[in-house]
Amino acid sequence: MFANKLLVAAALFVGTLGLASVSHADALSDITARGTLRVAVPQDFPPFGSVGTDMAPMGYDIDMANLIAEKLGVKTELVPVTSANRIPYLQTNKVDLVISSLGKNAEREAVIDFTAAYAPFFNGVFAPADVAVAKVEDLSGKIVGVTRGAVEDLELTKIAPADLTIKRYEDNNGTISAFLSGQVELVATGNVVAAAILAKNPPKRPELKFLIKNSPCYIGLNKNEPALLEKVNAVITAAKTDGTLNGIAQKWLGTDLPADL
Amino acid sequence: MSYHFEFNWLAQYYPEIVKGIGITLQLILIGAVLGIALGIACAWARALGPAWLKPIVATYVELIRNTPFLIQLFFIFFGLPSLGLQLGELQAANIAMVVNLGAYSCEIIRAGIQSTAKGQFEAGASLAMTPFETFRHVVLVPSLQRIWPALSSQVVIVMLGSSVVSQIAAEDLTFAANFIQSRTFRAFEAYMVSTAIYLILAILLRQALAVIGSFIFPRRAAR
Repeated sequence: MFANKLLVAAALFVGTLGLASVSHADALSDITARGTLRVAVPQDFPPFGSVGTDMAPMGYDIDMANLIAEKLGVKTELVPVTSANRIPYLQTNKVDLVISSLGKNAEREAVIDFTAAYAPFFNGVFAPADVAVAKVEDLSGKIVGVTRGAVEDLELTKIAPADLTIKRYEDNNGTISAFLSGQVELVATGNVVAAAILAKNPPKRPELKFLIKNSPCYIGLNKNEPALLEKVNAVITAAKTDGTLNGIAQKWLGTDLPADL
Repeated sequence: MSYHFEFNWLAQYYPEIVKGIGITLQLILIGAVLGIALGIACAWARALGPAWLKPIVATYVELIRNTPFLIQLFFIFFGLPSLGLQLGELQAANIAMVVNLGAYSCEIIRAGIQSTAKGQFEAGASLAMTPFETFRHVVLVPSLQRIWPALSSQVVIVMLGSSVVSQIAAEDLTFAANFIQSRTFRAFEAYMVSTAIYLILAILLRQALAVIGSFIFPRRAAR
């Protein structure tokens, strides 16, 4: 009895799916017809997306959204999202693209598609240029500051040489202060935190010595949208080639794009 | 309440806790001995010292007693390197505690000194004691005896206040609790254990100070 009901429900569900796919056959032509590109962007994650002093959203992801809309010849409609609801917004067709510092993993790849990477996101060990460290073994005998409990704390603790001293601070501000005041020579942190330090033009400039964990950001879009996927990928590739994307990276992260992006 | 307690992490992390207790004890030992010494010197200066010294000591005491300990600690650890004085986290923590207890104990001890009857000073002078000898033998010891319970409380307060040194990555008992919490996500248990240890440390410290008091002041005041 129950199995029968389930079967009917499933048949109805599949039927609805069929109807839904008829109503929007192709996201790219929908966008062109509408004249706006709806993009899910973060509003609480600087420098990728935050609210400026004029209350307008700003950041790496917002510049990226505007760039793609411009290349598609349409207007941008920014939809602020949180990290928890950015994929549901896409799945329920409230937005066309998610440009929200989204990392790629197997669970997400099962439900949505990803374009090429558009922004670097990694954590690593940073220090001024004159500190001779190029790999984890070079940390022997050194002192590294880190934010307690952060991913880089857990990862560095696993791979650290036995005679490395790890100073664990309460939050990112403590880690930044310890680095800037010279209490620690090196810090293990994210490129976003390093960018926040660089933005203040400090006397000690944190430069990447080596990567701990690399998880670049991708643009998310719904599955089975090959035309939109191809178009956005073409925009990203062109922006990498002509230096536009490097300009955005310089503006928001204070460094050039990594060569492998 | 259906919270499921889980203390398995104790086996793995007890070295951190032991180390943390060691650091906390070391901080309060150095802080208490040097802090009370500084307090006695400042109390003498404010109560009996030369006129030019009084405003200097008064400024120090009021500056410390009217600013938060955490800010004093950050000033020493993060601020002084800009002036070229680079201190490790334990040195910074020790100095902050000595400076802090010095100011508070100054006022407690000064109260004891100023409650000494004028006749006591005159008695010392009439026995041909120098002002310093009078201060040391006649004034200071009975003064300390009178304010010893208040001073003991202040030492315990400073020991408990030392928990904030984990903010500058000094690996005291609070650091151990925070560290375990961030690795095991067992916040309730980690802070339960550290709370119990702080409570035991505070009770033991009070007992120790009472014993020390009974050695320094073997005679009860005749009243």
